[in-house]
Amino acid sequence: MFPARYWREIPQRYRLEAGKCKVCGKTCFPPRSKCPKCGNTTFDVIRLPEDGVVRTFTVIRVAPSQFSEQAPYAIGIVELDGGVKITTQIVDCPLEKIHIGQKVKVEFRRIQADGSAGILCYGYKCVPVS
Amino acid sequence: MREVAVIGVGMSQWGELWKKSLREIFVDAALAAIGDAGVDRVDSMYVGCMSSGLFVGQEHLASLLSDYLGVAGIPAARVESACASGGVAFRSGYIEVASGISDIVLVGGVEKMTDVSGDGATYALATAADQEYEGYHGVTFPGLYAMMANDHMRRFGTTREQIAHVAVKNHKHGAMNPRAQYPYEITVEMVLKSVLVADPLRILDCSPITDGAAAAILCPLDMAEKFTKKLVVRVAGSGSSTDTIALHDREDFTEFAATKRASERAYKMAGVGPSDISVAEVHDCFTIAEICVIEALGFVKRGEGGKAAESGLTALGGRIPVNTSGGLKSKGHPVGATGVAQIVEITEQLRGESGKRQVKGAKRGLTQNMGGTGGSTVVHILEVA
Repeated sequence: MFPARYWREIPQRYRLEAGKCKVCGKTCFPPRSKCPKCGNTTFDVIRLPEDGVVRTFTVIRVAPSQFSEQAPYAIGIVELDGGVKITTQIVDCPLEKIHIGQKVKVEFRRIQADGSAGILCYGYKCVPVS
Repeated sequence: MREVAVIGVGMSQWGELWKKSLREIFVDAALAAIGDAGVDRVDSMYVGCMSSGLFVGQEHLASLLSDYLGVAGIPAARVESACASGGVAFRSGYIEVASGISDIVLVGGVEKMTDVSGDGATYALATAADQEYEGYHGVTFPGLYAMMANDHMRRFGTTREQIAHVAVKNHKHGAMNPRAQYPYEITVEMVLKSVLVADPLRILDCSPITDGAAAAILCPLDMAEKFTKKLVVRVAGSGSSTDTIALHDREDFTEFAATKRASERAYKMAGVGPSDISVAEVHDCFTIAEICVIEALGFVKRGEGGKAAESGLTALGGRIPVNTSGGLKSKGHPVGATGVAQIVEITEQLRGESGKRQVKGAKRGLTQNMGGTGGSTVVHILEVA
């Protein structure tokens, strides 16, 4: 992965930075230049809540090469408090225990290694909370 | 706007074509369509192709393919909308003829997918999803559709067996199609025992990697009989729509909103509704996709797509036969060619040329071709003129 392409996304991947529309209040993650709800173009930078719920998920058995060492792994769509939804791995939990409706919390983890000499890529994953 | 006719269709061989290059496969299909139409010239050309750059390291297909087809000099363009590239190319050709800019337009679709490893193909296909916010986290295309399947099963009580019936039905149809990549029948048990790819989807829920091309010739309806002695097929409706690229940005993961909008536009233009369709080719890239698509097209009520495959409603002989060609599942899925191949199947069905898989008395057919997880969709309605 070209370093600039990676570090451009760091505010979102490391800090969950989103854009909150100054007119209608819609939160966009990642941030956008134009609000998809009201068309406004000015936003406040906010940090997303770290608590959420699994809306749907799967277990990846056949993985892309940079994830093959992790397979099988669970990945899902998590709705964070406030309504923003993210695609994220669900980890630190037996695969058979994961279910729709499960409460989870965002943690900062290593996502993938970019080949043997490339950069290590970090970001968010979710872990279950009881 | 002028009325537009489809006067010729053709396909290359489909499968793992080690001996054939992208340009050869495309020219095979284009010559078949030109021969079928009986035209002696082509005024303009559109080529649907998702990713020749990643699959064979070749861009600039408008030049390459017009050159190798022997028509260099005509205006040509490649059209890309992931797996909907072929359908969008057809719509582009339709608009060009309807507008009066060109009379005889060749629309082709092509993908050469077996010149890269399985991992290379997975990577190329994954570019149809949001690379930074879906692919980055390790989700694959089967994974995205698996998440739809889990949601559909939970909300509507759709069973794993019902989902398998889509593959069984389409292979049953494909077994009657000499051009299908995998022309043999399978059973529900075979699907349920095949290798897990992304829970709950297994390998026999997934469309294959395919080399192939398809082509169609369009002209103004009032000129059609100058060229062809075959039954003339008219483009009655064309609709296209887009949706969020990321599945997680949708309110509802199992409702293909772009398919719904595109079909509503096509129905309105044709002045018909879902119950007026005799046969349909839809985008079954994964079994669950066909279930959600037939709901979005209005063929069945929301949540009843799974029952439709199980009950035979969408099988040959059923109320609305879907994917008589075998669909992407059995016929193969060379992504850029798929949308045009759907036009080929429906045109042949309306002409009564589909042999053992002929839908008796088919007068009006529909095609639905979509990109990614439904981020783009194009729908066409064809009728006997």
